[in-house]
Amino acid sequence: MSEAAIEATDLVRDFKKGPRAVDGIDLRVEAGEVYGFLGPNGAGKSTTVHMLTTLLPPTSGTARVGGHDVVEEGPAVRATIGAALQEAALDPFLTGTEHMKLQTALHGMRRAEAKSRSGELLARVGLTQAADRKVGGYSGGMKRRLDLALALVHEPRILFLDEPTTGLDPQSRSALWDEVQRLASDSGVTVFLTTQYLEEADVLADRIGIIDQGRIVAEGTPAELKAEISRPTLEIIPAEHGELARTREVLARFGEPANSSPKGAAVLLSEGEAQLADVVRALDADGIHLQHLQLHAPTLDDVFLAKTGRSLEGAAEEEAEQPDPEQAAAA
Amino acid sequence: MRRSTLAVQVGVLARRSVVRTLRQPAMVVPSLVFPLILLAINASGLDSATRLPGFPTDSYFQFALAIPFVQGALFSANSAGTNVASDIESGFLNRLALTPLRRVALMMGQLAGILALGLIQAVTFVVIGVAFGSGIAAGVSGALVIIALSLVISLAFGCIGAFVALRTGSGEAVQGVFPLFFAALFLSSMALPRNLIETDWFRTVADWNPVSYMLEAIRSLVISGWDGEALALGFACAGGLALIALVAASSALRTQMVRT
Repeated sequence: MSEAAIEATDLVRDFKKGPRAVDGIDLRVEAGEVYGFLGPNGAGKSTTVHMLTTLLPPTSGTARVGGHDVVEEGPAVRATIGAALQEAALDPFLTGTEHMKLQTALHGMRRAEAKSRSGELLARVGLTQAADRKVGGYSGGMKRRLDLALALVHEPRILFLDEPTTGLDPQSRSALWDEVQRLASDSGVTVFLTTQYLEEADVLADRIGIIDQGRIVAEGTPAELKAEISRPTLEIIPAEHGELARTREVLARFGEPANSSPKGAAVLLSEGEAQLADVVRALDADGIHLQHLQLHAPTLDDVFLAKTGRSLEGAAEEEAEQPDPEQAAAA
Repeated sequence: MRRSTLAVQVGVLARRSVVRTLRQPAMVVPSLVFPLILLAINASGLDSATRLPGFPTDSYFQFALAIPFVQGALFSANSAGTNVASDIESGFLNRLALTPLRRVALMMGQLAGILALGLIQAVTFVVIGVAFGSGIAAGVSGALVIIALSLVISLAFGCIGAFVALRTGSGEAVQGVFPLFFAALFLSSMALPRNLIETDWFRTVADWNPVSYMLEAIRSLVISGWDGEALALGFACAGGLALIALVAASSALRTQMVRT
């Protein structure tokens, strides 16, 4: 078997105050792959990225990135990787060009080479016009794009993106997705992407690892993960709101309740879409008229629900009430 | 790809630190204006103190001219601390940690920003002092020594600010410590020569307070000319404090900038 771009075995990180942030993670990311690390806030995604990028020593376990051990060969790992961590880490008082100069100089690039590389990267992320403006005046999307350009200065083989689109508007998000896809397909860069957005993982990742409370609870391609669930969700909105409780009762005969809009009721069909006709007949027999009926194919949220017993959205709210492991580390 | 040399690393980080400092008028202007306001208030309100037997000059403005140099340096602590804390809070320190940057280069680059602000302050205060008739008894070379000592004092307090920021990672903590620096200034020989302070506990505190000796070294050059003992004590206190604070800040940086 060829050497993986990223490989972790039983990776653990404890913090003095707070829960175990990462609890025995095993993962293997092949070269050229886009790996999506999906989970709610506080699940352990950023702590894992910090360990893989050498910014945080693991409590136990091993990890190799680009063929180098993250504990024993930190400088070699850093030479191989680029990283855009949570929140674009930029100096608001410097311009885009000044950021590029600083980054290229610290990576030991000669002046001419640095100038050409900076110009190329700023053009690539669409910041040529804004390059001489102070970053404090950039929009969130522009900051993220500059962050990405800075991470690519030394042509890394492996790129870590920690929630790169959090807080961005749909247009900026889509532009960043295009760039990540281009990097992976045209330049063969291995991308390790953390996200709490199902759609982002679905669109970008070749394979996904779902992390919850420090553990990987599912792993595979988006199609494989959805196929594991294989049960579609049926959502019904009754014509009269007063019929909602009875609608729920009828649906409960066909599977477990699922998340739905406030006006409707939903069920995870226990025997698949073949039950659809039976459901409609049962509703008709009970005299319930329908305003809307929709059959949803399984989503990654369904996978998360099946693996953890919670929806990703609910888990995010729940985790938000827990102490943040990174803050606990700083404490 | 080549590895950047220490000189290149220090150079680019120093440039960033200076540019960043100069682009924050809210940080530069108060560090110039507030010490001058305090100087004006002291000079006009405490002039009768010059009639005390043993007071070293008949101009309180000349006596008080040393204060802005130290007070300005206290602003350096705030400026350096706030800049470092903002780098930690924004994740910029992590960005730097992912490059082949050496920690010593980061510390030296940061100090360059402190020195740039200190130089602007010291030159401004010398020019204003001379323009308002104080005169510098030790002459032009004395003025240069005042500027040099001011830089060492700025370095000392700047390193303390950086240390607080690196230990706590918080801009609020730096702001919280700022008033303590002013307490240190007020509990020194700022307003009166130590031998004229009548309250025992105050005089004892002023005797043990290194800020007193920093003020007195500058004051000696302004009022009486070359005084080897005052200068030695002033430079020793400022240099010693700078060294201790630098070691403490470097150690805090090792903890804060963790990488394998």
